[in-house]
Amino acid sequence: MKKGNKRLIISLVFVALLYAAGCLIEHTAGTKSMVVTVLQKGAVYALIAVSMNLLNGFTGLFSLGQAGFMLVGAYSYAILTIPMAKRAAVYQYYNGGWVQFTIGVIPALLVAGIVAALFAALIGMPVLRLKGDYLAIATLGFAEIIRAIVQWDTIGPLTNGSNLLKTYPTLKNIMPGNTVLFTFIVVGVCIGLILLLINSTYGRAFKAIRDDEVAAEAMGINLFHHKQMAFVISSFFAGIGGALLAMYQGSLQANSFKSSMTYEILLIVVIGGMGSVSGSIMASFLFIACSEWWLRFLDAETVLGNFKVPLLAPGFRMVVFSVVIMVVVLFFRKGIMGDRELWELGSRRGAKGGRK
Amino acid sequence: MFDTLLPYLLAGVSVGGQYALIAVGYTLVYGILRLINFAHGDIFTAAGFFMVYLVASVPLPLAIPLVIILTVVLGFVVERVAYKPLRSAPRMSIMISAIGVSYLLQNLMWYVTGGLAKQYPVLPGLSQTIQIGSATTKLVTIVTPILTIALVVALVMLINHTKIGMAMRAVSVDFETSQLMGIKINNVISVTFIIGSAMAAIGSLLYFTNYTAVTPTVGAMPGLKAFVAAVFGGIGSIPGAMIGALIIGICENLIKAAGWTAFSDAFTFALLIVVLLFRPTGLFGEKTTDKV
Amino acid sequence: MKKLIALVLAVMLLVPTFAMADNVIRIGVFEPSTGDNGAGGKQEILGIEYANSLAPTVTIGGEEYTVELVIEDNQSLTDKAISAAQSLVSKDVSVVLGSYGSGVSMAGGDVFAEAGVPAIGVSCTNPNVTLLCDYYWRICFLDPFQGTVMANFAKELGATKAYVLTMLGEDYGVGLGKYFVEAFKGLGGEVVEENFTEGTSDFAAYINNAVSNGCDVVFAPCATTYAALIIDQAAAQGISFPLLAGDTWENSAILNAAKGKNIKVYCSTFFDENDDAAAAAEFVTGFKAWLNADSGKMTNNGGNDIVAAVSALGFDAYNVALAAIKAADSADAAAIVEALPGVTYEGVTGAIAFDDVGDAKKDMAYIKFANPETGAFDFVKTQKVGE
Repeated sequence: MKKGNKRLIISLVFVALLYAAGCLIEHTAGTKSMVVTVLQKGAVYALIAVSMNLLNGFTGLFSLGQAGFMLVGAYSYAILTIPMAKRAAVYQYYNGGWVQFTIGVIPALLVAGIVAALFAALIGMPVLRLKGDYLAIATLGFAEIIRAIVQWDTIGPLTNGSNLLKTYPTLKNIMPGNTVLFTFIVVGVCIGLILLLINSTYGRAFKAIRDDEVAAEAMGINLFHHKQMAFVISSFFAGIGGALLAMYQGSLQANSFKSSMTYEILLIVVIGGMGSVSGSIMASFLFIACSEWWLRFLDAETVLGNFKVPLLAPGFRMVVFSVVIMVVVLFFRKGIMGDRELWELGSRRGAKGGRK
Repeated sequence: MFDTLLPYLLAGVSVGGQYALIAVGYTLVYGILRLINFAHGDIFTAAGFFMVYLVASVPLPLAIPLVIILTVVLGFVVERVAYKPLRSAPRMSIMISAIGVSYLLQNLMWYVTGGLAKQYPVLPGLSQTIQIGSATTKLVTIVTPILTIALVVALVMLINHTKIGMAMRAVSVDFETSQLMGIKINNVISVTFIIGSAMAAIGSLLYFTNYTAVTPTVGAMPGLKAFVAAVFGGIGSIPGAMIGALIIGICENLIKAAGWTAFSDAFTFALLIVVLLFRPTGLFGEKTTDKV
Repeated sequence: MKKLIALVLAVMLLVPTFAMADNVIRIGVFEPSTGDNGAGGKQEILGIEYANSLAPTVTIGGEEYTVELVIEDNQSLTDKAISAAQSLVSKDVSVVLGSYGSGVSMAGGDVFAEAGVPAIGVSCTNPNVTLLCDYYWRICFLDPFQGTVMANFAKELGATKAYVLTMLGEDYGVGLGKYFVEAFKGLGGEVVEENFTEGTSDFAAYINNAVSNGCDVVFAPCATTYAALIIDQAAAQGISFPLLAGDTWENSAILNAAKGKNIKVYCSTFFDENDDAAAAAEFVTGFKAWLNADSGKMTNNGGNDIVAAVSALGFDAYNVALAAIKAADSADAAAIVEALPGVTYEGVTGAIAFDDVGDAKKDMAYIKFANPETGAFDFVKTQKVGE
């Protein structure tokens, strides 16, 4: 295990350096700049992508309900942390709302994850007996139902119905000037926990279920129990991811947690490689950087001298983006990392031998 | 009582018929490829846009067949480019490809149209208002179910009495063996997509005559509901898809009549989940056994 | 590798910041060009661009600065709005104009507040835009006012029971709907409230609900896409009572939908192009000429040269921003924030002055009727607060 220890230490040092780099960038470029925005959003999406990868890539359960759990997590966090003084203004149509207390940020984060996990446990009971495509559509359906319920006027005093939730603590309030560091720390802890899970016996059980359900069952793995576990844990972290997204955005509306958000996460996971945690992280930063920052110029109508550059109009950025995604899906099916991890590159993997 | 319910039933039958035409496309493709063609709803929307743009330069009687032809070409191209290369890949890849195509089509439509809703041209005859009992509605409400039933009957006859229909049935039962038996798989799949897209194009003609605003995302919800209808009726069964769609259309409107308007969409998904849990093969589907 | 990329990115970002040394002041334009509200957003941008063409420079501290418009599309969605706002802020704008749509304005407001950049709302009418954000001002009237105006008008038309239809998840529509309900009930009327979900095309059931509940007026403040569908289907079902709505319905899409049909549509809005006031008339003639000179602009305006009220508001917003810059005598965002509360301006949409929350002291709304024969808006009346 000596070599394993050495790898572990190198990895930890590398990660620490990344954190330091993130901190440094924030202090030099300023919290307003696009780099910092990309780092924050990229980190949040990385967590959500890894949670989805846990479910889709490692356990083979094709679930499209991520947006629903993110929504639940985000709303739980926001509802519990709006400062008392502002509650009347935010819930202006509902006489201040039902929730009349406020709790701290870290407890609220945990509650967000737990609430999402509870929803997942409830939903998992009927849904996890389905296979393949049916599971995908059923989870998609549940996500839509959750969204319809959250927007429902009758529970408006709890969720503010169709209106925005604002004034809860955002990244800038929690750790001003060090927002990137805070995000990285929370995301890092969560991803670390997921990695520990994947490398444990449970993780091996998940992979067995992905590879061949019937064989796994024959080997004595309780299918439903393990699937339920994967589903609940994945949703727990999706809930925390949702809460982080709420912190990043500063305002929250149920309408933005549509199925298109789940598709974006799915595409990130595919680009990074299903079954690779480091792939998901890298793909997340790449995706966010491209869609939010680097490709923005494609949207602006630019005029060079007297010549109006054709094709550049609002919406072109998303078209180029979609074409790139199709190219990746068709020609680079395994994604960036396939199902290997960054730290396994160039090394032998267990008993399988030097599989590249 | 019937008088107050009549407008809702009419609306339900009309929209159900339109869902049925889209659902047929889903059930055909799923029966053969075991693929949920997420892009089908967007092909339906594209058909609407084709009509809007064609009518500006071509007279209406010529535009209608052109729309059907263009939609069929689009469906064919999508299959060749996005699904054929992935036929040997795991099921998840091809489904992700379908999602990717749907994403691409939607963004293309956003870009080309600038996001503003386009007004669908008025098709003479279909848009007239008529009086049925105490309700006033458009003629297309009556035409839709009749046309749908006619098309479904024609399709069932095609599947049961022609050579290509037999080939399609064979492929949907066993993909690999039918190839070994000499059936040209590519042709069969292409024909499936062509039929599905043609149905979607006709469905779009009827749908947009009723609901005249065309936006890039207008096909998403009907597409999803049509898929639920296909599952409800039994995947692989075309009459089942039609009946499922009609039931969903009618129930949707009755729920709105009861006042639970916020949940009319959620109802469709709840129905799907109930069906999948208690009768996964749907109303008319065939029971399949999983061999290990 | 990630670290290397990150450092390279950081350097790439620092370089452009040194290039902004010449006399340019940037005004951000935060509007939807795509999405449900794309039509209205484009018309607002046209108003701003026209104002910019008339006044492309401003004098600060004795030196002439060129005004550069930085336009970002918030796609009518609150999560995309946040990234659009961040993009604007990172491009060092001194003041932001926008948006059309209260939801996106509220979402972007936090970003602007963090960056200390003042924002002038053009046609966002929800009170929370300025209440929950210290860095937002606005030049249009508010939803409580608008809701009351339309409720009063509905009463004048003789209605006793109203059917209020809003889109689930859209805070502007739901908010305005609630104010209408409050006001209408206060006048002794009854109300039936319902919502539809996003993406609905089939409004037949909702219209049936209105009829079966015995309602005699419909109030449906929603985006133009759904408006066109509601009008079309209401006409197909032979509805005899009028449809009312707020400022979003003042758009060519509604005129197209109502044309040639037997349907009565009224909406409240900020401006009327047949206004006799000298400044307004001059604006209308100049704007129409400017539109007609460029086919691209005509398309953005909906394919005709009818002046939308939001274009007039955009025009005023630009000039208010310029007035604030002159009053602050600086291109610095913080100075403009100090100067804005004290700015007064005679706009084409009326006199503009701000109160402590940042709202304009506007007290007049125009009510317009969509004429199915001429395909244009007819001016009905003006309504003031307290009437």
